[in-house]
Amino acid sequence: MTKHGKHNPGNKSEDLAIELLQPLSGRRLIFNYSMTAIAFILSLVALVPLLSIVWEILTRGLSGIKLEMFWLPVIDDGFANAILGTIKMVAIASAISIPVGVMTGIFLAEFSQGSHIAKFVRFINTILTGVPSIVVGIFVYGIIVITFKQFSAFAGGFALAVIMLPVIVLATEEALKLIPNSLRLASASLGGTRLQTTFCIVLTAALPGITTGILLAIARAAGETAPLIFTALFSLNWSDGLLSPTASMSVLIFNLYNEPSPEKTALVWTAAIVLLCLVLFTSLLSRTLISKRK
Amino acid sequence: MTNPSRQVANSGNIDITNTKGINFFLETGFNWLVHGFALLTVAVLFWMSWVIFQQAYPSIAKFGLGFLWSQEWDVAGDVFGALPYIYGTLVSSILALILAVPIGLAVALVTTEDFLPKWVRSPIALLVELIAAIPSVIIGLWGIYILIPWLNPLQGWLFQHLQIIPLFSTEPFGQSMLVAGIVLAIMILPTMAAISRDVLLVIPQELRTGSMALGSTRWEAIFKVLIPAGASGILSAAMLALGRALGETMAVTMVIGNSSVISISLLEAGYSIPAVLANEFPEADSILHIGSLTYLGLILFALTLAVNIGAVLIIQLIRGEQQS
Repeated sequence: MTKHGKHNPGNKSEDLAIELLQPLSGRRLIFNYSMTAIAFILSLVALVPLLSIVWEILTRGLSGIKLEMFWLPVIDDGFANAILGTIKMVAIASAISIPVGVMTGIFLAEFSQGSHIAKFVRFINTILTGVPSIVVGIFVYGIIVITFKQFSAFAGGFALAVIMLPVIVLATEEALKLIPNSLRLASASLGGTRLQTTFCIVLTAALPGITTGILLAIARAAGETAPLIFTALFSLNWSDGLLSPTASMSVLIFNLYNEPSPEKTALVWTAAIVLLCLVLFTSLLSRTLISKRK
Repeated sequence: MTNPSRQVANSGNIDITNTKGINFFLETGFNWLVHGFALLTVAVLFWMSWVIFQQAYPSIAKFGLGFLWSQEWDVAGDVFGALPYIYGTLVSSILALILAVPIGLAVALVTTEDFLPKWVRSPIALLVELIAAIPSVIIGLWGIYILIPWLNPLQGWLFQHLQIIPLFSTEPFGQSMLVAGIVLAIMILPTMAAISRDVLLVIPQELRTGSMALGSTRWEAIFKVLIPAGASGILSAAMLALGRALGETMAVTMVIGNSSVISISLLEAGYSIPAVLANEFPEADSILHIGSLTYLGLILFALTLAVNIGAVLIIQLIRGEQQS
């Protein structure tokens, strides 16, 4: 095709026939094969980090794992208080972000579809997903840590809630949009109010999708470190109540990875296994939920 | 389902214009509640901007815009300047982008075009996207104990053979801007690959078949038709990836070396805004120190906000074009 212009227009069809019978020129052939090779090599390179991370964390962590780590606090070379801290903070974050997030998702999908205000709310939520988590940490430091003059599990949980919120909002909206409109119309024609339609019909039908979104948000929050290092801080021992500095799995890894003592090193790698398994398990679980629905 | 139907059965005579009673009350309340929560979500972003600005104010009042290009950072003397951190953040993120864009595109192409049977393509896409799920502190741990020892021969080789080039002109000692760039590239790869993949998937099949019917090879079709057709989507993918790279904290803190020098050499250690926040914020106590750290946070916030808004606007523009 590229050489087409050079030919005499008189015997166009004959030339075309000759050109069509020609094998592909060497240059184009080499270009084609080499690009395929490059694309495959780059794709293989992209797979190396994940496999290496999973493999190395498992092999290094499994050798030092001890059962008592699961019930001793950090000060006695365990990570029980960090697991409890992570659970506490994720629970606080879920308690705040799930109701607000699902309600906002309902607003976007069920109320004011396509209106300017809905577009604006969606836009703000998309922007909110891109806010660096450390900036969320500064925000929560400013409103909670300074007010209570205390690093606390509550501040950490609130920071995680801000991070989970836009994820839940957008996932809920997506899940609700997939519910066919005929269900809503049927409910309305039977006399269902909007409240009844939304809660008894639409939300029930969209529950698997919303659960998937919430699971993904929880997985993300459980692995977050940056917003916790100066809101929840860390604690080597059990922390009492929600208003004192609290340990978490991710901050444990960050604070102790430089420790020279072999017990602490083993602790860090084991904590990494627990966190990695938790997070990968949740994401895979939510992905299979999605693919089953499709 | 049961609720409304039972009502109908119970009340033989329904007045559908009735605006009293518990249901109407609940309905209004629900309406307000939903609107209220939606506005609350919106308010979070503005509240966040205000709180951060207010906290940074002591430093903004003292140093003004000069903060952006001052290099001094002296905690004891209460003198602060942001340049080394801004430089480190931008250089490591741009380096990450240079590495992640071609690899991400390659993954997107391999997993959308019919190079491979479908049962191979989906697992590749899944594996790459799973990287996004790994907590960044774990990637940092891997970076410092596995990636750095692994990259040391490469860094040494670059220094020995290419030190005439300013980019490789200092002796490496493990942690460096280059390692930070590579770690960031790994972390933004899923964003780049997944969004480019979505962009390529919605390009109509006619464009592929049309291009090939005119005699182009597969890669001529990709370069001359598919990539131009998806260019704006790929651009917004790169911008979203850049936004992620700019704000990434833990992994960078662990591998960048944390030294506030500005050096053109990629083998030199550096520092980034999130890294200095993670290291100094928990221990900062003077008002000006906290203010300056928050000022850094504000700069980072503004940068990522600009990049993300740009990316979202491009995406909306594409959607608008597709609908019209």
